[in-house]
Amino acid sequence: MDIFIQQLVNGITLGGMYALIALGYTLVYGILLMINFAHAEMFMVGAYVGLFSLKFFSDPEWGAATLGLEGMQQFFTGSIFGLIIMFAIVFIFSGIVTGLLGMLIERVAYRPLRNAPRLAPLISAIGVSIFLQNAVLLWVDSRAIAFPNVFPVVNFGYGINSLKIFIVVTSIILLIGLDTLVSKTKMGKAMRATSQDRGAAQLMGININKVIAATFFIGPALGAVAGIFHGMYYGAVIFNMGFFPGIKAFTAAVLGGIGNLRGAMLGGFMLGIIESMTAGFISTGYKDVVAFAILIIVLIFRPGGLLGESVVEKV
Amino acid sequence: MLKIKHLSTSYGKIHAVRDISFEVNEGEIVTLIGANGAGKSTTLQTISGLLKPRAGTILYKDEDIAGMPANKVAARHVVQVPEGRRIFGRMTVKENLEMGAYLRKDSAGIKEDIAHVFELFPRLEERIAQKGGTLSGGEQQMLAMARGLMGRPELLMLDEPSMGLAPVVVETIFEVIQKLRDQGITILLVEQNASLALSIANRGYVMETGEISLSGTGRELLANEDVQKAYLGH
Repeated sequence: MDIFIQQLVNGITLGGMYALIALGYTLVYGILLMINFAHAEMFMVGAYVGLFSLKFFSDPEWGAATLGLEGMQQFFTGSIFGLIIMFAIVFIFSGIVTGLLGMLIERVAYRPLRNAPRLAPLISAIGVSIFLQNAVLLWVDSRAIAFPNVFPVVNFGYGINSLKIFIVVTSIILLIGLDTLVSKTKMGKAMRATSQDRGAAQLMGININKVIAATFFIGPALGAVAGIFHGMYYGAVIFNMGFFPGIKAFTAAVLGGIGNLRGAMLGGFMLGIIESMTAGFISTGYKDVVAFAILIIVLIFRPGGLLGESVVEKV
Repeated sequence: MLKIKHLSTSYGKIHAVRDISFEVNEGEIVTLIGANGAGKSTTLQTISGLLKPRAGTILYKDEDIAGMPANKVAARHVVQVPEGRRIFGRMTVKENLEMGAYLRKDSAGIKEDIAHVFELFPRLEERIAQKGGTLSGGEQQMLAMARGLMGRPELLMLDEPSMGLAPVVVETIFEVIQKLRDQGITILLVEQNASLALSIANRGYVMETGEISLSGTGRELLANEDVQKAYLGH
């Protein structure tokens, strides 16, 4: 029973990260019918931006302190209140930087290919992914960098600790926030309309370039948050850290029904829990085998994914 | 109100519309009739900005809107109800109508207009919370028109509104089209059902392989022998 609860907690934590990344895949797919293979790198870049901004605010030998701002660092690391503000700044800053990078990539690498055959933007995305990985490898570091250990980890037993709670709660808040944004706000409705019929959306007066740019901001921003979680959880970042979480999150998006937001969330949590359970009760070596076997089975019986709608026939 | 001069549009190497000129005056119903593939829909899509013209000008209220992106054309209250309805299938009837009012900020006016389109199409009110994709073809056409009206069109362009619909529904739709003209909305109507379109139109143009071959008042064209042979099945 202990192991079950422990693995459930681990699974939900991991699932929250997968869900956040999966949303980026599913949002872009929903609107452009394109798999953004560079999305895993948004997660990676987000983690790096988070790491360096966290260092800047908290590492006495690095960043702010060397600029004579020791007082600020002391404020941020000295109390719970300071920590909350610091993490809020780090997450928001990293989200914005990564979101802007996402928009830039769309503008430079995808928009010129919007009316090209579907394979072209896909290849372009792979190119962006390789470019970003190598840019970080060359300009930052080829080795793993330790993530600043400033989050106060308190254990509550059963493998539950304050970091996991923080990750799960923040993920859920963001997921609910995005769901509300898409279903309630004008921008969200424009996104849904664009994903259902781009031409008709334009006829309504929707500027689809803006909608697509917003999509490419939101997805990477959420991916960046997941990247920081990942860095905090595993304690390090490295230039190719996006690969596995990226593939897993893509799987989660497909499992839930690509293009469907709630599907991506469900798929993310399911995949995280299945993986952790397999690792806990069968063997760590089998966790990916089981996760992907389930994906294959689901796709055989429900090709559209769990929440994906069967393809509506257009008359 | 709308003056098209020497307009050409092509898909790749296919010249779908070749050097056409026509005009629509305020308060008129003008119809473009012609066979499948004559370039009627292409013409509408070029005006609404979904397609870019290769050459020519589209003067709307003395402003050249040729090549302007569709969202900016829509902002000028030039509204196209597209062929095949193209409603948002995964949105409710209400949400579809709200999308039609996307550019407007006057929520009171939007409410009023929703009530107004429900008066025109009472069936839609019964289906208000239903997803667009679950409506029948006729209801979808009504929704597409209602959605278009939510943008407060000054020029309403209807692309094949009778396509695939039962005669009773077609009758309702054409009654509404005439009502809309009486309310002061200028209408550019593309139809394959030429006799029906000409019977309500002030003027009409016949398109053939991308060019305008004939023009006249609705009555003249209905009486024209060539039109009768080619499009009215006489």
